[in-house]
Amino acid sequence: MSKTNKKENFWRGLVSNQLFIPIIALLLLAIINLFHDPTFFKVTMGLNNAGNPVLSGYLITILDYGSELAILAIGMTLVTAASGGQDISVGATIAIAGSAMLRVLCGGEARPTDLAAPVIVAFLVACIVGMLCGLFNGVLVAIFKIQPMIATLILFTAGRSIAAWINNNELPIVPDPKFGYFGGFIPGIPVPTTVFIAIACIIIIALVLKLTNLGLYTQAVGINEKSSRLNGINPTAIKILAFVILGLCVAVAALIKVSRLSTINYSVIAKDIEMDAILAVALGGNALSGGKFNIWASVLAAYVIQFLTTTLYKFEVSSDALAAYKAVVVILLVVFSAPTVRNYLSSLGKKFTSKKEVA
Amino acid sequence: MKDNRVLEMRGICKSFPGVRALANVDFSLNEGEIHALMGENGAGKSTLIKVLTGVYTKDEGTISLKGKGEVQIHSPQDAQRSGISTVYQEITLCPNLTVAENMYIGRTEGAFTNWKKMNEDADRILKSLDIPASATQQLASCSIAVQQMVAIARAVDMDCKVLILDEPTSSLDAQEVQKLFGLMRDLKARGVGIIFVTHFLDQVYEVCDKITVLRDGQLVGEFEIKDLPRVQLVAKMLGKEMDDLSDIKGEHETYSGADAGETIFEAENLQSDAGIEPFDFYIKKGEVNGFIGLLGSGRSESVRAIFGADRILSGKVKVHGKEVKIQKPLDAMKNGIAYLPEDRKIDGIIGDLSVRENIILALQVLTGFFKPFSKAEQYKFADEYIKKLNIKTASADTPIKSLSGGNQQKVILARWLLMHPEYLILDEPTRGIDVGTKVDIQKLVLELASEGMSVTFISSETDEMLRTCSRLIVLRDRKIVGELSEDDLSQNKIMKTIAGGDSENE
Repeated sequence: MSKTNKKENFWRGLVSNQLFIPIIALLLLAIINLFHDPTFFKVTMGLNNAGNPVLSGYLITILDYGSELAILAIGMTLVTAASGGQDISVGATIAIAGSAMLRVLCGGEARPTDLAAPVIVAFLVACIVGMLCGLFNGVLVAIFKIQPMIATLILFTAGRSIAAWINNNELPIVPDPKFGYFGGFIPGIPVPTTVFIAIACIIIIALVLKLTNLGLYTQAVGINEKSSRLNGINPTAIKILAFVILGLCVAVAALIKVSRLSTINYSVIAKDIEMDAILAVALGGNALSGGKFNIWASVLAAYVIQFLTTTLYKFEVSSDALAAYKAVVVILLVVFSAPTVRNYLSSLGKKFTSKKEVA
Repeated sequence: MKDNRVLEMRGICKSFPGVRALANVDFSLNEGEIHALMGENGAGKSTLIKVLTGVYTKDEGTISLKGKGEVQIHSPQDAQRSGISTVYQEITLCPNLTVAENMYIGRTEGAFTNWKKMNEDADRILKSLDIPASATQQLASCSIAVQQMVAIARAVDMDCKVLILDEPTSSLDAQEVQKLFGLMRDLKARGVGIIFVTHFLDQVYEVCDKITVLRDGQLVGEFEIKDLPRVQLVAKMLGKEMDDLSDIKGEHETYSGADAGETIFEAENLQSDAGIEPFDFYIKKGEVNGFIGLLGSGRSESVRAIFGADRILSGKVKVHGKEVKIQKPLDAMKNGIAYLPEDRKIDGIIGDLSVRENIILALQVLTGFFKPFSKAEQYKFADEYIKKLNIKTASADTPIKSLSGGNQQKVILARWLLMHPEYLILDEPTRGIDVGTKVDIQKLVLELASEGMSVTFISSETDEMLRTCSRLIVLRDRKIVGELSEDDLSQNKIMKTIAGGDSENE
């Protein structure tokens, strides 16, 4: 009896664990690729354009581009948990922060020959711009009580125009090839730099969650704002803080995005990336209505989504049709995370384990 | 089955992971009978009701209905079709629709509605049940009591044989309760069997014919009301003989430290935006005082102003004789003031968080954003208070929302006690919880006071106030109208002060 119980509890714990769905999705994708074409997993060492030895292969692509998404998923998870809504202006604010960075780097010239300012200064400016955008969204949501999706619709609509305006609609090119390291490779290191940036972000947020009460306060505010206030928490400040942190994540993503091309294309840079970030939060099993959250599940889910995107490209799905395939995933996801289905899965596990016991 | 029996439940069992909620419970209901279902929180009342109404599926046992024999109830719709209707504590109708729409929602056949006929039918039923509402009136414009009656009218019209009233009186005032009872008696005369779940003993003895008592998921017994005096009912619910309800005040000594009698909190002309007249207030060390008055007289608003829970408009506040600013809850907490709010669900619990996180929350906020407790410290705090207050929970990691009402309240109490406040405000700490926990909380209040804590206690039950408080501040229409202490502390005197019966009426 107790053995069955243990098994039951194990199954229950497994199904209700937030990492369950992303891991299952990851395994599923891996298996599909394994059967379709095992070379999907091949990683080769080659030389890139600059003549540096680098790793290449589908898996490396997933790690490279999944990292951008993972960084954004961190901020999006916090915003979702605190405000019970999502920020849809992420792509547009990446354009703004990226444009500001370019402006500082190129000093307003279209084809500069030298950097007008050190990269670190440009990055800090981008951080401030990103945080200001977050502050703007946060104030609308927390103080003026506007629905997050509506509040962020403003920057979603206006963001790319603002970005173009910052550089007088020019497309300046950063002259220093070293700037390309952030979105590419550092000479001598065969792993994409984005992976290290993502790891750094993950370590920082882990430390913040460990050393402060950000996690507890955010969850409390997301679950019961009134009660949180009566316990001395300032819900307005916590919500704004979540948006500002997302703003920082946006600035980091902007650095990577701009670095990849050494320039910017206002209308397509990071297009629709907010939807993937929101999808990562959902796939990570976090309630989109706010409250309890698990950042690691979101981060893992971000890589899973990139895995899916890359797999679809491998299957030669055109980029226009990509969204339709992703929609199928969203539907499955929503169905599987619905409480009724989860309960059914749990009870299935119960039957399964008890049958085995009888046998 | 006997001829006049409308419902018979036999050997009902229901388990949840780790908990046996119902073990072999029998329950039967006759035609034209008002049957009280009593028990402490967690005794299994709600589970039994939910099994009967198809919200939960029973593990074992049978349910039989008159004329139908054994039935399987898998959903609330099944229950409704079998003639079992439920009216819950919280109104589950749509306030923005009319009374008639609410009565017929989901029951019209076909795609078209004959509005005229619907309104006429509704009016006829309302009239026959003597409910003071008209069919075309918007439901929100009726008082809570009338809304409840409309819910009952809806149930009755669906030809129900079994009507379940789940704590229908907890948000009604005395007059409204009487109206509701009138309606219940009326239905009884028509042969409807009514299951009445309540925490108010007075009400049970006023309208019920029979009582079924549950304890820890088991049936204690079914009794005729005349065979079971009040004290014995309480004893059966608690599973022990009751001497607790006697004078508990005498058992506790008053605080006698060196600083006894010092005024620790003082307010002058305090006013918040919640609509109370500016008031003066003070409390001494080790004192238990209370705000008393009818529902809506401004009791909660007053203590919320003290804690800074509403926006403060004016007033001077002194703590230990020193003037301080209390504009928001955190200010009050920093000055050693704790506040257990009236509405546990809305203002108290953080539902999805664990018992542990709920307990440490206030102290954690007070300690600071950058100084989180380690997991070990958190467990130490939580386990200490789970033991101290005898909180029934599977573990410290259980989400608080899965606890029973009384235990949730204890967790919130633990949250504030952990802060070791100098001044504790308890706003209706005993509302909607079982007798045993009520007595526990009252005793705890007196114990804390004897150790030097000052406590302001608010309760709708005058008995409770008399048993715990040494000074009562009487409110009427959002204004302080009197203060009673020592010999003036009697039911009579309180009633008179609340009603405004001045000396000329005596």
